[in-house]
Amino acid sequence: MKVGVVVFPGSNCEHDVVEAIALLGGDAQLVWHGDRALGDVDAVVLPGGFAHGDYLRPGAIARFSPVMEAVVEFANAGGPVVGICNGFQVLTEAGLLPGALQKNRRLKFICTTVEVRVETTESTLTRRATAGSVLRLPINHFEGNYTCSPDVLAELRAEDRIVLRYLDNPNGSVDDIAGICSAGRNVCGLMPHPERACDTILGSADGVPLLGSLLGARVVVRKGRLTASPASGA
Amino acid sequence: MSTYAVLVEVTLRPDVADPQGATIERSLPALGFGEVAGVRVGKAIRFTVDAADEPAARARVEELCRRFLTNPVIEDATINLGPGS
Repeated sequence: MKVGVVVFPGSNCEHDVVEAIALLGGDAQLVWHGDRALGDVDAVVLPGGFAHGDYLRPGAIARFSPVMEAVVEFANAGGPVVGICNGFQVLTEAGLLPGALQKNRRLKFICTTVEVRVETTESTLTRRATAGSVLRLPINHFEGNYTCSPDVLAELRAEDRIVLRYLDNPNGSVDDIAGICSAGRNVCGLMPHPERACDTILGSADGVPLLGSLLGARVVVRKGRLTASPASGA
Repeated sequence: MSTYAVLVEVTLRPDVADPQGATIERSLPALGFGEVAGVRVGKAIRFTVDAADEPAARARVEELCRRFLTNPVIEDATINLGPGS
């Protein structure tokens, strides 16, 4: 499973994603934002950070990076795409996911660990996770307050596209939304950082079911430590 | 072709909470400005644009605002356009 991890000027979580994917048995490669092609990849991750300095708005400039045309084409063809934190912001700006991420309700940059509940396993990010399970994941953002029109919210609910919800809403997101997916369920965006929670030595291995889902990996618990093994033929 | 000076004011839409504006407004009575209300915080973007005439310039700036300078999900733009220097 080859995963392209897009690097924008100002991205800062790309190596964490590469490490986590390698740990889970995937093959991650960095893709520069100026490239027009993604190459031979089976999935794409837009990592966290501050693409283009978050100038104007987070993701506003990144969405016009040359590589984004290829990402949109890949997503529209059904390819799995996950945007983490700043990557989620880029996906909303690019129109691949609805809504927007505005400044946190209390105007504080939040760097902490939160609990989120897996609301559906019908998404590229959660298909190997357990519905209703609670995951402890780090968040690290100033603009993670998910917002959308009432119509869009009704649509997300009706189509079961709210993938993750905060148990204790940290940032004011509407309906406690921490992550959503596209109508095709192949594009997912989330504010928490699963790549920073892929080994118990990091304080949590709860990111494994999420990145493991992206890789199509079976998630197993081994000696109290969550690991994932690459799926055989699945 | 003429040059037009443009000032775009980007503000959060009226239905979107503006915590910066609300915080400023709450601090005003203590400073003796209790009569001030309706504070909204946004950003101002200035530039010039070359166009055949004013309607053409305005049309281009509107498109620029829609596609790039604002996020229409949460923001509105007010366009002020005049003769360029």
